[in-house]
Amino acid sequence: MIEAMSPQLILLAPEMILFVAAVTVAILGLSKNHGIRASLPFITCAALIASIVAVPLTWTNENAQSANLLMPMLGRFVKPLLAGIGVLLVLLSVGSVDRKLEESVARGRMAFDAHRVVRGEFYAFFLLSMMGAMLLCNAQDLIWLFLAIELVSLPTYIMVAIGGSGNRNQEAAVKYFFLGAMSTAVFLYGFALLYGSTGSLQFLEIRNALVSQSEGSGIDTLATIGIILSLLGLCFKITAVPMQFYAPDVYEGAPTHVTAFLAFVPKTAGFTAMVLILTCVGWSGHTLIDSDGIRIPYMGLPTPIAAILWMIAILTMTLGNIGALLQTSVKRMLAYSSIAHSGYLILGLIVGATDGVEALFFYLLAYGVMTTASFAALAALERRGEEINSFSDLAGLRLRHPAMAWMLAISAASLVGMPPFIGFFGKIYLFIAAFEADQFGLVLAAVLNSAISGLYYLKLAIVPLVAPPSARSEEVTSVPSRWPFIAAVLCGVGTIVLPSIAGTLVAAARSSAQSSPIVLTASESKSKSDSKTNFKGSSSGALSAAPVTAPQALPTASTH
Amino acid sequence: MLLIWTSILFPILAAFAVAIGPTKSAKWTAFAGTLVSLGALTLFAWNFPAWHNAEHFPNTTGPSWIPQAGITFSVGFDTVSLLLALLSAFLMPLCIAGSFSSITERTKEYYGWFLVLGSSIILAFAARDAILFYIGYEFTLVPMTLIIAIYGGTERRVAAIKMFLYTFLGSMFMLATLLYIGWEHRLAVGAWDFDIDTLTKTTIRLPSSTQYWIFAALMVGFAVKVPLFPLHTWLPLAHDQAPTAGSVILASAMLKLGTYGNYRFALPMAPAGGAELMSVVAVLAIIAIIYASLICWVQTDAKKLVAYSSVAHLGLCMLGLFALNPVGAEGAVFYMVNHGLSTGALFLCIGMFYERYHTKDTDVVGGLAKRMPIWASFMVLFTMASIGLPGLNGFIGEVLCLGGTFISEHDGQSGYPGVLGPWYAIVAGLGLIFAAMYLLILLGKLVWGPLREPHDDAAHASSAVRLSPDINFREIAILTPLAIACIWLGLQPKPMLDAIAPCAERMLANYPKEVERLMAQSAGTPLASLNNTTNESSSE
Repeated sequence: MIEAMSPQLILLAPEMILFVAAVTVAILGLSKNHGIRASLPFITCAALIASIVAVPLTWTNENAQSANLLMPMLGRFVKPLLAGIGVLLVLLSVGSVDRKLEESVARGRMAFDAHRVVRGEFYAFFLLSMMGAMLLCNAQDLIWLFLAIELVSLPTYIMVAIGGSGNRNQEAAVKYFFLGAMSTAVFLYGFALLYGSTGSLQFLEIRNALVSQSEGSGIDTLATIGIILSLLGLCFKITAVPMQFYAPDVYEGAPTHVTAFLAFVPKTAGFTAMVLILTCVGWSGHTLIDSDGIRIPYMGLPTPIAAILWMIAILTMTLGNIGALLQTSVKRMLAYSSIAHSGYLILGLIVGATDGVEALFFYLLAYGVMTTASFAALAALERRGEEINSFSDLAGLRLRHPAMAWMLAISAASLVGMPPFIGFFGKIYLFIAAFEADQFGLVLAAVLNSAISGLYYLKLAIVPLVAPPSARSEEVTSVPSRWPFIAAVLCGVGTIVLPSIAGTLVAAARSSAQSSPIVLTASESKSKSDSKTNFKGSSSGALSAAPVTAPQALPTASTH
Repeated sequence: MLLIWTSILFPILAAFAVAIGPTKSAKWTAFAGTLVSLGALTLFAWNFPAWHNAEHFPNTTGPSWIPQAGITFSVGFDTVSLLLALLSAFLMPLCIAGSFSSITERTKEYYGWFLVLGSSIILAFAARDAILFYIGYEFTLVPMTLIIAIYGGTERRVAAIKMFLYTFLGSMFMLATLLYIGWEHRLAVGAWDFDIDTLTKTTIRLPSSTQYWIFAALMVGFAVKVPLFPLHTWLPLAHDQAPTAGSVILASAMLKLGTYGNYRFALPMAPAGGAELMSVVAVLAIIAIIYASLICWVQTDAKKLVAYSSVAHLGLCMLGLFALNPVGAEGAVFYMVNHGLSTGALFLCIGMFYERYHTKDTDVVGGLAKRMPIWASFMVLFTMASIGLPGLNGFIGEVLCLGGTFISEHDGQSGYPGVLGPWYAIVAGLGLIFAAMYLLILLGKLVWGPLREPHDDAAHASSAVRLSPDINFREIAILTPLAIACIWLGLQPKPMLDAIAPCAERMLANYPKEVERLMAQSAGTPLASLNNTTNESSSE
């Protein structure tokens, strides 16, 4: 047993680093020394960077193969992605937590009181949530998946409440908590049904059970309902319809640096979880290679699941974009924009392995960089000690804070999909994947939605750069800490520079999107031969429109 | 290859230099940047081996960018794209020099964006990869929107937003279509590839109903940019509000991206669609000519008048392109270049008198020949070029476009049958008569007649005194190269026409066959009317 565990443990090295750092940070947060308290974000950063370094060292092919994972290389891309954006998220939170308290201590108006500081807790929870998202990548079974998702979510509820000093934080936290708990119940119920239908919690066994079900009379109703409920529950994490309604309120109510966190980390975790669950079911038109090197077809997404994902995708992007059009608050607009981007990302889920998942991961990277850029620019500014909220605060921003005005404009251009920023490449990559799966309708919907989104993203670029300053915007100053500013500039540079290495990033995303070979037990291998013949029969008919894509689908470009 | 990338990237480097450097030297840095870009491109053109050989595309390969999606950095020119790129590179330093006195605030940003605009336009013309083209094509919007929104007139923000949204919507359709074409190539060959020539080879084999939709979708994207009749409403406002140099680049280079897109993508990629829809586009183009001309007639704002005349002129250009024979296509390409020269020069002239009088209203200002004789002679020259006076550059293009339309008949003696014919040419020719009338009226009011100057000059006196009454040496130096180009191309059009001809023939290679096939389908009707073509397409 211990030998079997050890590769798994090595794969968990980044999480261990984060855990140790979380404990350290929680303790150091109580220190009376101001310098130590001020260094907490940087300790957090160092831990995240160490975990990035740890991933390529530990997550080798051998270790991953012996760890029995459904998607052996998943963590190779997702963990560095999370930690990399995480570094930026930490930077943009520097100086925001405990700000009033620290100021009064510094002025000597009150004595330091270890009961009242929350900075240590905040960064500890930050790291724990990050760790939960990373743990997802190692999930072998539903229990692990569930625990990891909860580990992502629970700290975020608290982070919303303690991250800032506004009155609305608590309200947002309570909303977020209750709705989050409800969504947890929904996907937990889905997991239970899935277990009831397949008799196993292990992903690999669930997949085998679903393969044999589909080769019989098709995936049974119980499993289908289970999967649908799991997906609907996870829609909360990714802010997709029908669980998106909390997003504008919570994003607006939460402190900006926490909003940036909510817009990326739970979303990445949610999408990773969805990818894992859907990989158990598989997508049509793709083949798996079994342990003997024989290709067998995936049974494909059952129609109800595909139809529901389709509806979710279209409703989410449309609702997000139309909602964003109507906003006067920047944070609410960005919340709706985040909803809309989830709609685009679901395209990747519908297309599936491996083109779609690969495009999804790549788009998550692009989304992370550009959306963090916009939140960081907002976090770097304040008006009379309060957060920037309305567009009129931003009017004529470039006169007083030119760099942040440009960062907002760059992030808006990238979010709308303007070349040559990273968002454009994310989008064409998603569209290309959707074409691979013959999803022309979805591409058309996404294109129309991108056109709508031009309306409000233009506002985000034009108002700071061009509009004359308003009375409100005259009072906008930059926050005392320079780090949010630096985070914004880093993200802005990222949206411009990352496209130049897009090929490498896509290749990395691609290797992560692979699922492990299917290993059928003796009782199931009998039906394997049937499936092969079925597959040959069907490949000339239904699949003739799209050439069968083996895991190595997208061939490299021919040389000219 | 190196020269092409120099001409694309050097302005961007110069833009960085402008951003970092002191405000005082910004304009000269920008000027030098565009000169280097022009120089590199001229050097390339000097040694261009393919002036007379359309089959040969030198230097079309480039390093791979995103191999999984077949996106590469491949750039290269054929004669048409080289001419248009040269035109843009030629106008850039003139525009920058033309902004020296008119842009006084936020100069660093202005010149920086202008340089970026120049390189993205050249990138769009140079790209041999569809996605690379799209990047250049689409990115022009960002600097242009900002230039209009920051440095424009009183309604600048509305104008900028309107321009952005129209063009953005159109180009989203275009992007989806380009990706779809890439997908068709992927189906046929098994790999993603966005090389334009490779894609063209794939798409011409597609069924004609598919080609019909590809053509229609690409056409929507490019028609916004051209702009073709129902989608043109953003243009006059944008031109009116843009600063002078912005108008020049908008009219001379950015609008050409639309017609160039038709030449490079829509027409050669989907010949079946182009053949079916040629009459629809031709009718829209003619409506644009007549409608815009009538608006010009009652226009008192000089800049708006030239803007609307652009709509009419580009309508004529589209008509020539969609006559689908080499005569019309040569004329259209020639006209693209010359419209760029003469309209650009007109915008510059109008900008120069606007700087002095702060009004463009021809009811308020007039008779300027007495006050500004040098300016007046340039103005007359460029207006004549725009009207199409024989001996000047506009004439050749107009005549070829109309001639191409005239012979685009079903019996096709030129070897290129078409469905347009004399009636189309005659109606479009009316537009030219209108053009002569409204432009002469403009000249009559603005240049000749009794001298009229605005009385409430006091408010602007402080800025007006800085400039000499007539145009100064810098302004003469800006207009002279344009005047020389206009006269030289009017007298010596043959070398350029000869260089365009093989490209035009190559682009139209598949059309005689397609048009004949369509005619065979609709046998019995002498002219395939608009209704016929749409019915056929739906029945297919």
